[in-house]
Amino acid sequence: MAIDFKQVDFTYQPGTPFETKALTDINVTIPDGSYTALIGHTGSGKSTLLQHLNALLKPTSGTVTIGDRVITPTTSNKDLKSLRQQVGIVFQFPENQLFEETVVKDIAFGPQNFGVNEADALKTAEKMLTLVGLDDSLLERSPFDLSGGQMRRVAIAGVLAMQPKILVLDEPTAGLDPQGRLDMMEMFARLRQEQNLTVVLVTHQMDDVANYADHVIVMDQGRVVKTGTPQEIFKDPAWLVDHQLGLPKTTAFAQQLMARGLHFDPVPLTEDQLAAALVQQLPATVFGGAESHDE
Amino acid sequence: MSQIIDVAHLNYRYPQQSADDLTLKDISFSVADGEWVAIVGHNGSGKSTLAKNINGLLAPVSGTVTVDGQVLSEKTVWDIRKKIGMVFQNPDNQFVGATVEDDVAFSLENQGVPRDEMLTRVHDALAQVSMAEFATREPARLSGGQKQRVALAGMIAARPRILILDEATSMLDPQGRYEVLQTIQQMKASSDLTVLSITHDIDEAASANRVLVVNDGQLVEEGQPAEIFQHGPALIKMGLDMPYAERLKAALKRQGVQVPAEYLTEKGMADWLWQLISNK
Repeated sequence: MAIDFKQVDFTYQPGTPFETKALTDINVTIPDGSYTALIGHTGSGKSTLLQHLNALLKPTSGTVTIGDRVITPTTSNKDLKSLRQQVGIVFQFPENQLFEETVVKDIAFGPQNFGVNEADALKTAEKMLTLVGLDDSLLERSPFDLSGGQMRRVAIAGVLAMQPKILVLDEPTAGLDPQGRLDMMEMFARLRQEQNLTVVLVTHQMDDVANYADHVIVMDQGRVVKTGTPQEIFKDPAWLVDHQLGLPKTTAFAQQLMARGLHFDPVPLTEDQLAAALVQQLPATVFGGAESHDE
Repeated sequence: MSQIIDVAHLNYRYPQQSADDLTLKDISFSVADGEWVAIVGHNGSGKSTLAKNINGLLAPVSGTVTVDGQVLSEKTVWDIRKKIGMVFQNPDNQFVGATVEDDVAFSLENQGVPRDEMLTRVHDALAQVSMAEFATREPARLSGGQKQRVALAGMIAARPRILILDEATSMLDPQGRYEVLQTIQQMKASSDLTVLSITHDIDEAASANRVLVVNDGQLVEEGQPAEIFQHGPALIKMGLDMPYAERLKAALKRQGVQVPAEYLTEKGMADWLWQLISNK
């Protein structure tokens, strides 16, 4: 399922003294099946754009086409349920939204809200818990007795239980430790494959963009200022600095090497890409075997 | 250098834990006056519990905590807390003032600092973290990095001897993290502050003089950042990010390249590669 923005403007509290224009002339597509990263510094309009992905906000002018639904400024708030089921948003710190007595009930809450009967919803909930890598033994536990990382997985299972076609993740690894971050990002990559999901990731971590995304949308001051593959986005470091964005660590390190006279084409984005490029240039003596000390 | 913090054979268990289960097990270490010590460990390893034992938010089952010559007890806890400032992970959880300046003034009001002196100290503290122009703004409307800098301004104004940072940069974007780290380095440079930072961030750990590794409630290792960083991929298990040079080393190893065993900074790594390739 694709999402298409056409000439979208959005203004908060229009016609009041607090009127703020948050989005200006957005024309962008989130392709079906893509892993799209949405990047931009704080206040660039990412969160406002994100809330248009399932019509939590409607454009002040222009249209947003989500699958076969067209959202315009006058779209009624009724009948948006199926849309919210198809586009699941995992907000920042989703564990703050847990509320039920048990893990299984919390996960089953969403589908029940969309009309699934209790027995089926509980069955789905069990499946979802496995899907997010948690053990069955947690089903009857209180979600509030779990660790922070486990709570977040339960919250994500609650969104997956609605069986969305598009999964939107707003800084899903904030506040987790390095192992937790890695596990979480690997889990999304796996879910995308297994569930055939389109993924939209809002992030400040350029390494995650380099490692996981295949399509990038860059925002600044309420506008989309660039779209392309990670390779296209990260090839111009000066442009990124102008928009208060960083480079993936590998790309920054490769720039240092290039400043000394090494050449990379294309410029690597991940350490495995850089290692592969270096292997072409390093002398044979650095590769295994006893001879390597003979020089 | 004299010791400002001394922790000896500290054991701690939460009230709901069974008698044979401990969250902190026989932890002993000292921090010298003016030192910056980073405490690392994965989530749930007991790092935050340790910090809360040092300023008396939690009381140990056994063992002692000595701060600036005073043994922590019910009698001394209020004196000791005056010497320690804490900044937590989520800045939203620690704001009490309606405006930025009210918030920074809060601890000074508690200590009964005269109004004239308070105004100067609040103003100076905000200037030091480059937030003076936000003095009358609502804390809720600031960015994450700005909020943590306001929290730090509160500490600067209160002038604690010891600053404990409990994952103070973990929720910030890279820019916010950089701003906060810069501010702490400035604070250290302009006073003889002792810093204890609980962190997963490699840059924060690299700023420290010494790194303590906590795992499963025990102190398992300590050393200078460069010694600890040699662990490469095992660092992730310790709850620390891998320094970039170590990540690249691991990737080169996977390609069959023999890499130096000792820890290299990014510059060291670039030097090593450049030398090999340019001499080929």
